[in-house]
Amino acid sequence: MASGRQSVTRASYRLQEARVAVERRGRGRPLLLIPGEEVYEPELALIDELARKFEVIIAWPPGYGRSTLPESVRNMDDISYLYLDLLEKLDLKKVTVMGFSTGGWIAAEMATKDCARIGRLVLTCPMGIKIGGPYDRDIADVYFLPGDEVQKRKFFDPANDPRVLKGMADRKAYAVARHRESTAKLCWEPYFHNIGLKHRLNRIKAPTLVVWGESDGIVTPDYGRAYTKLIPGAKMVVIRKAGHLPHVERPDAFLTAVRRFTG
Amino acid sequence: MDFYHFTEFPWPHLPPDDQFTSMRVNLPSRVYDPKIGADLYNMYLDQHVLADELGLNCMVNEHHQTATCMNSAAPLSLAILARITKNARLCILGNPPANRRDPIRIAEEMAMVDNISHGRLECGFVRGVPYELFASNANPTETGERLWESIDLIIKAWTTHDGPFNYEGKWVHKRQVNVWPRPYQQPHPQIWLTGGSDINHATKAIVRGHTFCMFLTPADKMRAMFDGVRENCDKAGLPQPADEQFGFMPLVFVGETEEEARKGIEQVFWYVTHNKSEPQFRAPPGYVETEMYANFLSGKFSGGRTDAIRRLGIEYFREHHVAIYGTPDSVVKQIKSAFRKTGGFGQFLAMMHSGAMDFKTTAKCMKLFAEEVVPQVKHLGGKRPQFGPLSEWKKKPKAKPGAGRNGKRKAA
Repeated sequence: MASGRQSVTRASYRLQEARVAVERRGRGRPLLLIPGEEVYEPELALIDELARKFEVIIAWPPGYGRSTLPESVRNMDDISYLYLDLLEKLDLKKVTVMGFSTGGWIAAEMATKDCARIGRLVLTCPMGIKIGGPYDRDIADVYFLPGDEVQKRKFFDPANDPRVLKGMADRKAYAVARHRESTAKLCWEPYFHNIGLKHRLNRIKAPTLVVWGESDGIVTPDYGRAYTKLIPGAKMVVIRKAGHLPHVERPDAFLTAVRRFTG
Repeated sequence: MDFYHFTEFPWPHLPPDDQFTSMRVNLPSRVYDPKIGADLYNMYLDQHVLADELGLNCMVNEHHQTATCMNSAAPLSLAILARITKNARLCILGNPPANRRDPIRIAEEMAMVDNISHGRLECGFVRGVPYELFASNANPTETGERLWESIDLIIKAWTTHDGPFNYEGKWVHKRQVNVWPRPYQQPHPQIWLTGGSDINHATKAIVRGHTFCMFLTPADKMRAMFDGVRENCDKAGLPQPADEQFGFMPLVFVGETEEEARKGIEQVFWYVTHNKSEPQFRAPPGYVETEMYANFLSGKFSGGRTDAIRRLGIEYFREHHVAIYGTPDSVVKQIKSAFRKTGGFGQFLAMMHSGAMDFKTTAKCMKLFAEEVVPQVKHLGGKRPQFGPLSEWKKKPKAKPGAGRNGKRKAA
C-alpha cells in the first residue's frame, strides 16, 4: 500500500436540490468512486493504491458523508441522474465508474441511462435487482436479522471489519446512524432493488467487471452471476475468503482484479 | 375526567422462556390455540360490556404478529363494541394509518363505527411502535410524516359533503374521494394521538385541538411534556389547552384490601415483564431521532421506555404513578396526586387487565374502580370550551367553565 497520501482536493456541487460532496485524489484517467451504504471506502488505503494510476473522484451519494438528501430525491433511480449530471459538470470522459454495494446499484442505473461518458464499469457486490420469485428473499433482511448474524453474512470473518460499533465515539456513531437512515429512506421498499432496472441492464454499453466475495451472505455469488448475465459482455470475478466487502477483506485480490480489467 | 377500561387482548400461554427470543414479530402462530383464543376474545369483549354497564368507557388498541396483543384489527373489536355497548365512549388508540397506508379505508371504517354507536367514537391515530414496521413493511423514516398526512386527509374526507375530491400528496394518492357514510358526530369525531418524547408532535396534536395521551410514563416525565406543550401554546399566543386534551394510561388495580390490590397489580404487571423482543426489532433506522439511534448503535442506549423502567419494579411504578393500585381510597389519593404532579389531565385510561387474569378478578377490580373511585375524582380536570383548533377558540365567545363538549355529541 502507498506510504504517503496523494494531493486531495475537496468540493461540493449543487445538483438539482442536492449538494454532493466530492473528493479528488491522485492523477491519471478519471475513476468515479461511489461508496456503498455503509461508506467504508473513503477511509481505505485501497484508494491511495488506485490513486497511483487514476484520478480517483469520490462522490458521496445524497444522504451520505457531507452530501445532502433533499426530499426530491427518493431512490437510487433519482440519484443516478445526479451522478450523470456530475460527470457532465466535471466534464469527465471515458470514466471508470466504480461502485460498491448500493454504490454499484447506482453505477448500474447510470450506465443503463447514458454510457456516453462512461469508459468502464466496476460493480462490487451491487444490489438493485430482484432475481428470485415472490417468496425468495434475494437480499438478506438486514433490519430483521440480529446484528451478529448480519456481521456474519457481511464478512468472511467478522474480525476483518475495521469498524467496531460498540463504544464508538458519538460523532462517528452519528455518521453511521445517518447513513443507515438514508439507506432506509432510499432502499426500504422495494427492498434494495428497483423493479425496472433488471429489464434495462441490457442497455449497458460499457465493458463491465462484476466483483463478488465468495462468502457474501447479504447478496450471494449466485445473485451476482445472474446480475452479470444480464449485462452484455460483463465478466465476473469471485474473490475467496471475502464476503460482501471483498475490497475491505481482500484489498490485494480486489486490486489485482481491477488492474487486470482496466489495464 | 373521563375513565376508560383497557385490556390489550393478551395471549398469555407462552412457551418456556428459553424456547423463544421475542414475543413479537417472529413468534410462530402455532403458539396460539384457537380453542382457547376464541374464549379469550369473547372474555375481553365481555370486560368492555361490563365497563359500559358500570359507566366506564372502552379503549381498544392494536398490535401485529405478537402474543402481547391479539387485537390485530382493532376496528373490528371496536365495531362489535359499537353494537353491544350502550353508553360508553369508544376509544381506538389507535388506527395506524402510516402502516395501513390506506387512510380513506380508515375514514370509512371509523365513520361506520361512529354511526353504529350513535356518535360514541373517540378516534385515535398512532404512528405505531417500531415492531409494527416488520408486519406492515412501512418505512420507518416516513411513518411520522405519513401519520399527519393521513390525519389531514381523513378529516378532509369526513368533512367534505359535496361530492368527490382528488388528492395527490407526498405519500398518498387518492382519486375521486367521496366517503360514505359521513361521521355521526359533526364536524367529526374527536381525534386522539399518543406520544413519547417528541414535544413538537405533542404540541401539534394539542394545538389542533386533539387529545394527547401518554402510556406508562412516570409522572415527572409527563409533567415535563405537558408543561412543555402548555408553554408552547403560550409562546404561540394561543389559549391554554384544556385538561381534557391530556390523557394518561397507568396500570391499575383496585382491591378491597392492600394485599388484594398488590396481588392484582402483580398480574397486570405481566404486561411489563412479558415484553421480550430482539433488540433490532426495537430500533429500525429512522424511527427515532438520529442521535438516539446513534446511541443505540454504539450501545449507549439499549431499549425503549418500558424497558428502562421495567427493572425498577412495582414499587417504583407506584411511586411515579405508572402503576396505581390499592384500596379505593388509596387509589383516589394516587389519582389526585398524579393529577397534581402532571399538571392536570382529563382522560384516565386504566389498564385493569393483562396476562392470564380471569374475568372474575378483573370484573371485581373494575366494579370497585367504577363505584368507589370514579365518583371521588370525576370532577377533576377542565373541559375545553369548544371543539377544534386552539386558534379558533379565540374567535367565538368563551363558554362557561364546565360547559361540556360543545358540538362533540351533536348528531348529524
